[in-house]
Amino acid sequence: MTGMLDLPFLLDVMGRLLAVLPMTLALFILSISLGAVLALTLTWMRVSGIGILDRVARAYVFVFRGSPLLVQMFLIYYGLGQFPAVRHSVAWPVLREPFACAVISLGLCTAAYSAEIFRGALLAVGDREVEAARACGMSGFLLFRRIIFPIALRAALPAYSTEMILMVKSTSLASILTVSEMTGVAQKLIAQTYRTMEIFLCAALIYLAINFVVARLVGLLEYRLSRHSRRAPVLAQVLHE
Amino acid sequence: MMIARALASALLSATLIAGAAVSAEAKDWKSVTVVTEGAYEPWNLTNSDGTVGGFEPELLKDLCGRMKIECKVVTSDFDSAIPSLVAGKYDVIMDALSITDDRKKVIAFTDPYAATPAVFVADKTGPLAKAPGTDTTIKLDTDARTPTMDDLRKAFKGKTIGIQSATVYSTFVTNNFKDVATIREYKTSPEHDLDLAAGRIDLAFDDATYFTAAFAKAENKDLGYTGPQIGGLVWGPGEAFGIRQGDADLVAMFNKAIAEAKQDGTIQKLSMKWFKLNVVP
Repeated sequence: MTGMLDLPFLLDVMGRLLAVLPMTLALFILSISLGAVLALTLTWMRVSGIGILDRVARAYVFVFRGSPLLVQMFLIYYGLGQFPAVRHSVAWPVLREPFACAVISLGLCTAAYSAEIFRGALLAVGDREVEAARACGMSGFLLFRRIIFPIALRAALPAYSTEMILMVKSTSLASILTVSEMTGVAQKLIAQTYRTMEIFLCAALIYLAINFVVARLVGLLEYRLSRHSRRAPVLAQVLHE
Repeated sequence: MMIARALASALLSATLIAGAAVSAEAKDWKSVTVVTEGAYEPWNLTNSDGTVGGFEPELLKDLCGRMKIECKVVTSDFDSAIPSLVAGKYDVIMDALSITDDRKKVIAFTDPYAATPAVFVADKTGPLAKAPGTDTTIKLDTDARTPTMDDLRKAFKGKTIGIQSATVYSTFVTNNFKDVATIREYKTSPEHDLDLAAGRIDLAFDDATYFTAAFAKAENKDLGYTGPQIGGLVWGPGEAFGIRQGDADLVAMFNKAIAEAKQDGTIQKLSMKWFKLNVVP
């Protein structure tokens, strides 16, 4: 333990960690996108009213939400690779790659959590709004696009932003599949220098910065989508009096 | 500002705590906590009932009997063993830990109880099965780029090599093959075997004694040595126990016990049992 802060060393570590920031961001962006598409499909299956689809979606959420992501990653990467049938299948060029396996496991896992968030948001849409829209003659996709989706999106964002932040942090597990992402590189640097505190502190700061940006972007979106519920501008108040 | 100040004070207190943990006081050693990986057969392995077995745990049992102290064995990842030892979580590392100059800056070593060669492994039926130097033994004194490795560098061009992270072997492979091959780092050695068997990587590099045990497993039946067995000072004087630098008394106790076990043939007996060859340095 070196005690005092060693600035040149910290800058060097920051540089090496920032060099793999694109990998961490790529893991996050690809897996959250894959997860969102899957989650929307699962949500649709849950509310479709078709028994078998509903059950499949429930089972999916149960499995992927109920088991550790670490275990899922091992099963998808090392587990599937042990079956010759998988190795000779058309999916092997994808499953052969550690990066692809990491994105798939992260995406499959977040889909389960997100599907529940989206379902909750959908259930939060009030009957009154839907009835009012129907009274205006809206139905089907128009009703969904104009009324249900915007309300559900607003309701989902606070919980979904938490899920996004969790996913940024979950990318750190990809190093167990030999993907060279930020936590993995940090551990490698520690193995070379044995300076645990400084290196993990640098990594933590970078994760904090990423999550700050993610939280602010979602916050901004939430703000823009809730214009109707904000206090009226001062001028409008004056005219009202 | 508030955040910066809070972080600064958090860092300070963390440093103080870590500092307190490493301050070595002269101890009357009655018991020690020994960390191993439990996943590096035949050196150390985890039995199906959760207990740890293998060459090192059996040697440790013998040594602790000689020293008349109680040895508690715990398992943890290899790559965090040295930082955790320094932070005071354990007293001894027992994990085929090679003595190196870099590690000596951070921890102390006992005298070595083994010295083993390392070797590449590939698919027995594949194109890399007979790399230059197969079935020979070479001695290297440095892990810097050496001309001896040039034939292997040519043979392994464009291939993917798997190694266990944070080992002397990862440094060696990185120094010698980084610019010609892709290197993947694994948390444990069985993981590079799995990926080799699955065809995700073309070669793995590790301790020859480790592979002796790994080849005995059904899923590794297609794997075989390729290229020369590499021994010598490149791996340092050998494998030894790692102990905190402040605990010189514990190092001395272990050295005495190791010397006795070497003298009366105990180490050689365990070596023949687990490695089928004599690794006594």
